[in-house]
Amino acid sequence: MNIFRIIEQLSEVDADTLGRFDSRRAVFKTLGSTAKRGALAAAPVFVASLFQKAYGQTAKPTVVEVLNYAQTLELLEEDFYKKMVAAGQIPTGAPKAAIDLILKHESAHVKLLDATIKALGGTPVTGIKFKTSAFPADYATQLVVAQALEDTGVRAYKGQAGNLMGAMAGTTNLLQVALQIHSVEARHAAHIRGMRQQTAWIQAADSSLPAPLGPAYTGAIRESNVVQSNVNITNQLANPYSANDAAASFDEVLTMAEVTDASRAGGLIGA
Amino acid sequence: MRRRSFFQAAGATVAASTLLLAGCGDDTTVEPALPPTTLSLGKGEIGVANYAYLLEQLEAAFYQKVLDSPPSDFLAGELASFTELRDHEVIHREFFKQLLGTSAIPTLEFNFSSITFTTRAGVLAAARTFEDLGVAAYNGAGKLLSTKATLVLVGKIASVEARHAAFIRDLLQADPFADAVETTGAFAGLGRTLTPAQVIEAAAKFFPYTILVSDLPTA
Repeated sequence: MNIFRIIEQLSEVDADTLGRFDSRRAVFKTLGSTAKRGALAAAPVFVASLFQKAYGQTAKPTVVEVLNYAQTLELLEEDFYKKMVAAGQIPTGAPKAAIDLILKHESAHVKLLDATIKALGGTPVTGIKFKTSAFPADYATQLVVAQALEDTGVRAYKGQAGNLMGAMAGTTNLLQVALQIHSVEARHAAHIRGMRQQTAWIQAADSSLPAPLGPAYTGAIRESNVVQSNVNITNQLANPYSANDAAASFDEVLTMAEVTDASRAGGLIGA
Repeated sequence: MRRRSFFQAAGATVAASTLLLAGCGDDTTVEPALPPTTLSLGKGEIGVANYAYLLEQLEAAFYQKVLDSPPSDFLAGELASFTELRDHEVIHREFFKQLLGTSAIPTLEFNFSSITFTTRAGVLAAARTFEDLGVAAYNGAGKLLSTKATLVLVGKIASVEARHAAFIRDLLQADPFADAVETTGAFAGLGRTLTPAQVIEAAAKFFPYTILVSDLPTA
């Protein structure tokens, strides 16, 4: 095995290869000392761990990157609800009042995230629009898209909580702010689901719905998941529970890549 | 989630504020110990998990009491919905109990004497209080956790509580977001958040013990 040849070849396809290792010198030094200890037999293990370290985990996004990701989704939601109000098909009374209030919340989130990103010295993302060609002509389908956006938003915020641990903007704890928005998105999702005569919580079968709803509930961890922290909720607690109750009791995360994928929110952004 | 970390750390303690030592006489009769009057949730992540476990116990017990004798004016479908709510909360309770293992606080008997269980209005008002309190509690508890895995787990439950809260508000045909979402100021649009001390104070009348949160992390 020629480790240097491997790294060289990787460099040809990934210019950042050497940057992923601590430094070229550190790699060589560690290799040298390993060889000195006569641990030649352990070399494959060492090489594996070297690459695991370099490629195994994707780099943690910066706080500004996380906030701009959130802002992208908030702008998308805000523009969607603006288009929905402008389309003028929302029944007057409770439905119109609800959508107006949800739009107001999304605008408040946009404003807050914009100010926070600027306070952290970042540049807030702007100009995110809900793709006009994807905007549904009828009210019923508009609500379907609203449900997909809100339920996706809940999963997106949850997925970034870990990246905001300890993050502050002045005296404001950004994890707490994100969790507060997360809870509002969940309230929105539940209310919109109610407007569609759906349960407020996500049923196991929702993962099988057609787009745009289905993809909102799939992913590496589907919303139909019944295993939490290695505990199968259906049969490893004191009493057995149905798969539906087990799935609905826990909402799941989506990664940044999953949310921005064309099958989910990413496919709804456009001119 | 590294479950072992839960099992290894020091657990919560139930302490009798008045310690009664049985007299050591010649007879073999032992005075019964007084029931404990204070309950400490414990330290660190264990303490926060016990805090969540306590609130899930409270919610599950409430919904069970509703189902034991449902109000006669429940509308069609509401009994089924409350059965789902009960099941979700029992799952949350049992999940935390299993996660905490020997560090878990005991099972509590709650005082629900302030709630009117015989009317739909009484039940919905109480359910709204419990769910909104739970959401605000989870919003404030996330930053007190020290590991990402636990944070994500708690987040998975927190959003379900927010769904419950919105659902109950819809049954009440109330503004689905009033008093739950800030409407003005720099934090407009954010869900309400409460510290453990604020939550315990708000729910004190339901607890059989004085709940001590003094050992919980504060930031």
